[in-house]
Amino acid sequence: MVTGKGGTGKTTVAAALALALATGGRRTLLIEVEGRQGIAQLFDTPPLPYEERRIAVAPGGGEVRALAVDVEAALLEYFEMFYRLGMAGRTLRRMGAVEFATTLAPGLRDVLLTGKAKETVNRTDSQGRFAYDAVVLDAPPTGRVVTFLDVTRAMAELARSGPIHGQAQGVVKVLHSDWTAVHVVTLLEDLPVTETLEVLDELRAAGLRPGAVIANQVRPQWLPDRSVVAAANGRVDAERIRSGIAAAGLDLPSDVIEGLVSETVEHARQVRGESLALARLAEAPLLELPRLIDGVDLGSLYELAESLRTQGVGLGAAR
Amino acid sequence: MTIDDLIDDPTTRVIVCCGSGGVGKTTTSAAVAIRAAERGRKVVVLTIDPARRLAQALGLKILGNEPDLVEGVGTEGSLHAMMLDMRRTFDEMVEAHAEPGRAEKILANPFYQTISTSFSGTQEYMAMEKLGQLAATEKWDLIVVDTPPSRSALDFLDAPQRMSKFLDGRMIRLLSAPARAGGRGLRKIVGAGFTLFAKAVSTILGGQMLADASAFVQAFDTMFGGFRERATATYELLRSPGTAFLVIAAPEPDALREAAYFVDRLSTEEMPLAGMVLNRTHPVLADLSASQSRAAADGLRGAPLAAAVLRLHADRVDLAAREERLLARFTKAHGAVPVTRVPVVPSVGDLDGLREIGGHLAAAPARTRTAS
Repeated sequence: MVTGKGGTGKTTVAAALALALATGGRRTLLIEVEGRQGIAQLFDTPPLPYEERRIAVAPGGGEVRALAVDVEAALLEYFEMFYRLGMAGRTLRRMGAVEFATTLAPGLRDVLLTGKAKETVNRTDSQGRFAYDAVVLDAPPTGRVVTFLDVTRAMAELARSGPIHGQAQGVVKVLHSDWTAVHVVTLLEDLPVTETLEVLDELRAAGLRPGAVIANQVRPQWLPDRSVVAAANGRVDAERIRSGIAAAGLDLPSDVIEGLVSETVEHARQVRGESLALARLAEAPLLELPRLIDGVDLGSLYELAESLRTQGVGLGAAR
Repeated sequence: MTIDDLIDDPTTRVIVCCGSGGVGKTTTSAAVAIRAAERGRKVVVLTIDPARRLAQALGLKILGNEPDLVEGVGTEGSLHAMMLDMRRTFDEMVEAHAEPGRAEKILANPFYQTISTSFSGTQEYMAMEKLGQLAATEKWDLIVVDTPPSRSALDFLDAPQRMSKFLDGRMIRLLSAPARAGGRGLRKIVGAGFTLFAKAVSTILGGQMLADASAFVQAFDTMFGGFRERATATYELLRSPGTAFLVIAAPEPDALREAAYFVDRLSTEEMPLAGMVLNRTHPVLADLSASQSRAAADGLRGAPLAAAVLRLHADRVDLAAREERLLARFTKAHGAVPVTRVPVVPSVGDLDGLREIGGHLAAAPARTRTAS
């Protein structure tokens, strides 16, 4: 499970994680549940249908498949299994009846989504081998993720018997086992770090296992450590900068030097903010991903995956 | 347009700040409100979910749900601020509009508890309701509204209607008693499928939930007309000439895409757009190209500070160039929308921080220098 405050890049990190875990001949599944088609945008493919599709080849012969779970389709799929709705299913959907039912019981939505994920986790082929070496779920943001994963609570909203109830018990078992870890993506800023610490506590309280904290978009620190504090407080030796640059053959006018000084102060403040944020996260196992100045495209996903691999993320080569 | 033209114009009565989540809507709303108050307007700002430091800066109490005066802002003008308590707004609305005796029944219904706290459009609906209430008192001459932190800026406009549709009770009657309700026409279309579906839903959700929902809809029925009327009236207020929308974005592809959707939607709805605020930009402050800067850094020996400054500058030039590219993509399709850039500032902890942002908002929309 990959969660994070909105805007921290959790979909990007989930995709990079699926790629890193597929490296070396593995097969992984990347699931999204919020109907945003974020995976398709990231991998630059047409919108994903409600079926598992290969979207990327991993280094060493592995592959990543993707699935966009659609709640309404999942609910109709269930009904189809237990009741014969036939053509009526589509009409009901058009009428908004399915949306209505899932609105009536928000927990039903979560049970259906986690239920689909569980099914892919447990799926085996005819020789009894698992269909996927790992399943990565791009989960709802930190504000909602514990509710989302707390299937026991959701079941309390539903009838005490019936097909979905039975299924939900299997989901609870998987979510609370060693098979599941909830990774939290954050930026090294005040608010996202606060939310990260809060959600780690909530997860533990709900009996769910926190995985790593993944600090995303970490800036390179150019200033030497000893200069950071002074610069962050506005103390920058403009003359030393001027003469230093002049030594490289660039004679810059004073307004340019002033501009460079202002930029340096801002940079130092950001760096100091990031190290304060890092210090607050000292308790958690931490992974870091660099900030990509040009934004994220398919190529840079591989870079991020590689960065995760060098930090020890991976399943090893397939047997 | 500059922000000062907008807030100095006495016919501007409502400013709505819209945008996708995490782009700094609440901060921008607060900064606009403070600036307007200090330029003589009697302002109230409705914030939705302010970060703790911002709430402290405005002196906001969690359990208010009514505007409080913010001390130390304006002399002729004044600033009141509040944060929305959606549950309480909903409760108060039920109490004010339900027939005597019915209000308690509605409030105690388990299904009402779900609707009033976790239905995905409730916050938007209640923000609209509160805006309507604030406008009706005529105690203020300018209302600044922050909008709920949804993924899509469009939710603010769509949620009330979605909720009306949900509460109008047709579907619940169909599901709880498909044989009696629904009308023959509908049943003919879906045939036996619907009866089966209703049965399946009641098996899964349990009879109790449907019974609760049904009781809720019945109790709610009498006040539903008034409910919808109010939502429609507020929607009309949003379309009136006294209202201005500010679309808030950050220089990220997702935020700008959402902003573009929203701008298109406003134009379809004939709602007045005042401009876009692009938060968290990184303008280049020194006229020196990235390549020159990096080359000089590579050539430096024994001047670590100067080399570091050149490299961080080069990164900044690249970042600013990316931000301008993303913005150019937006302006190509929406060239008529005035854009104001607000550079990144450390998280705001006091009124002066908000005044500083107000200053950036008022700065003439000059193009940032992109050293090439």
